Amino acid sequence: MPAVQETIDQVRQIDVDQYKYGFETTVEMEKAPKGLSEDIIRFISAKKNEPDWMLEWRLGAYRRWLTLEEPAWARVNYPKIDFNDLYYYAAPKNQSGPMSIDDVDPEIIKTYEKLGIPLREQEILAGVQKSKVAVDAVFDSVSVVTTFKEELKKAGVIFMSISEAIREHPDLVKKYLGTVVPTTDNFYATLNSAVFTDGSFVFVPKGVRCPMELSTYFRINERDTGQFERTLIIAEEGAYVSYLEGCTAPQRDENQLHAAVVELVALDDAEIKYSTVQNWYPGDKDGKGGIYNFVTKRGDCRGKNSKISWTQVETGSAITWKYPSCILRGDNSRGEFYSIAVSNGHQQVDSGTKMIHLGKNTSSRIISKGIAAGVSQNTYRGQVSTHRKAENARNFTQCDSLLIGDRCGAHTVPYIEAKNSTSHFEHEATTSKISEDQLFYCLQRGIPEEAAIALIVNGFVKEVIQELPMEFAVEAQKLISISLEGSVG
Amino acid sequence: MLEIKNLHARIAEDGTEIIRGLNLTVRDGEVAAIMGPNGSGKSTLSYILAGREDYEVTEGDILYNGESILELDPSERAAKGIFLAFQYPIEIPGVATMQFLKVAMNEQRKARGEDELTTPDFMRRVKEAAAELQISPEMLRRPLNVGFSGGEKKRSEILQMALLEPRLCVLDETDSGLDIDALKIVADGVNALRSPDRSVVVITHYQRLLDYIVPDTVHVLYKGQIIKSGDKTLAHDLEANGYADIIEAAA
Repeated sequence: MPAVQETIDQVRQIDVDQYKYGFETTVEMEKAPKGLSEDIIRFISAKKNEPDWMLEWRLGAYRRWLTLEEPAWARVNYPKIDFNDLYYYAAPKNQSGPMSIDDVDPEIIKTYEKLGIPLREQEILAGVQKSKVAVDAVFDSVSVVTTFKEELKKAGVIFMSISEAIREHPDLVKKYLGTVVPTTDNFYATLNSAVFTDGSFVFVPKGVRCPMELSTYFRINERDTGQFERTLIIAEEGAYVSYLEGCTAPQRDENQLHAAVVELVALDDAEIKYSTVQNWYPGDKDGKGGIYNFVTKRGDCRGKNSKISWTQVETGSAITWKYPSCILRGDNSRGEFYSIAVSNGHQQVDSGTKMIHLGKNTSSRIISKGIAAGVSQNTYRGQVSTHRKAENARNFTQCDSLLIGDRCGAHTVPYIEAKNSTSHFEHEATTSKISEDQLFYCLQRGIPEEAAIALIVNGFVKEVIQELPMEFAVEAQKLISISLEGSVG
Repeated sequence: MLEIKNLHARIAEDGTEIIRGLNLTVRDGEVAAIMGPNGSGKSTLSYILAGREDYEVTEGDILYNGESILELDPSERAAKGIFLAFQYPIEIPGVATMQFLKVAMNEQRKARGEDELTTPDFMRRVKEAAAELQISPEMLRRPLNVGFSGGEKKRSEILQMALLEPRLCVLDETDSGLDIDALKIVADGVNALRSPDRSVVVITHYQRLLDYIVPDTVHVLYKGQIIKSGDKTLAHDLEANGYADIIEAAA
């Protein structure tokens, strides 16, 4: 209840077309020369002090990438990207990796403070209960601080930037990196494999329940820079971890590229819960600027009885191309995908999931809520497939779309494949408009139009919001309302 | 309380005139019944009072406590104390009834420049009003009107009316779809709200509801006009003899 009230207040306070996180930080940056070549990749690898095998891995991916075509099947339109007109590495000067908070440029600390992200190890207030959240803060191409590392280490949990992990835990990285999203996977994933600069690494050993929420906060700051994050999370037998990522970027006229790869591995009886609150700059009201978000996220339920759950709240980006998926390899494993995708203005979203059932008695659940306003286009694209040997595989899919106004579009594109006769699929899809009747009913009760829409939308997305960690559910609700602001009239 | 003067109104989309020179006065504390055959403009009248944009007033005026309300939007009218109990209450998925009540009550208070209710105060008010209408806490947790039975929907409307404390209540076919037990609960709820400074307009097709909510005046609406007014005995005449005689006499 209070969340709704806050939503309404917040919506009122902010002018139309105002992206709250659009400010820019002035810090001295060190950049690689513009463009992409083997030399640039060597430069990045050297900056990160990487071992030779890592450099070779990157170069292999780059050579592969040169042979690939940019995919064009998604329902999104944008001018061709000139991949040689980007900076692939940008880091605050004197910061090539995470350091003690006292050594970090105060401007950067201020940036995260403004964004509401605690970089000092403090207990953040979440309602009555105080809970700790460990943060890895990635600023353009480099992780600047990772909090609670020591405390997590005591529990046996490794939480650090991927660059550090490559140096400090090469065996683990080698064993798992690229095993869920291979370097040959797709155009953007292959590009990422060649040039990824930072991201988070999480390893939760056998039988350990990670004692706190882990989170990574991605900030793009530098102009003309692509951000290529790489995240790898491994939960060994019986382990549990809940992880959240957040993203923002300055408000700029030109488009910026974000091409991330996230890999999750869950062994026997392990569970990974991965939540995203994506709030990249969406562009202005005329569709100028905004982030191109081309992301490959995949989880591998490698062990029996394992579980991977994706929850995403997508409100930002000019273009979203993103399909967090689960490979249900282990018998009795379970995949879940809960999504809220909000598009307003000129935003284009093509997002969904893939549930690939390989093991016996595997199950998956997909709940997707798309909300389209303005002149945006919002597409759910999802694949559910069962392999010949995936006996008794079950899937439930529910895709609901809500249209606000009459100039936007919502599209549902399901791909369903069953290669055995014991599979059981359920698919439900609805498209509705906030009806005149609903609005009038709320108005008649004295609820003004903006508040009424916030209320109806919050009701529409409730099933997904409640899947988010408590601390972030309220944030997400606010975000959705702010994103939809100015969508009526 | 309410004064409707020579009101003409049409459907905005296609220009069909529905209300054609309607005059009606409802005094403070009065319970006025509006009866009429199907298609006479009863529900349209309720929507126009509430300010629905689908209808256009082309002539005449509606005065509420002496002031014209034609320029006010629906939420402003609501905050001034005009309440419409819907014939078909609308479902709002995912929004708990309790949550909806709180938002509505506080929005109205805000519009009137009053402080928001504290949570304990809000809870106490809801509990009391819900008990009167035999509404369970479980029902209050369910999304508003979603999967409610006909009786539950109408009780929920009256619950909202009790909590929002309007000055002018318009009940649109509140008896439709109710069995006799539910009808009694709803009528008791309405009667409990009768007071010298609150007026009620009861729109109904049948006399049945008026056995339980006894009106001070009865008005017959036909082709967008009030063609006959009287006291409660008029409703009984209509029940016994139908509308035909009155329509003929007015023609």
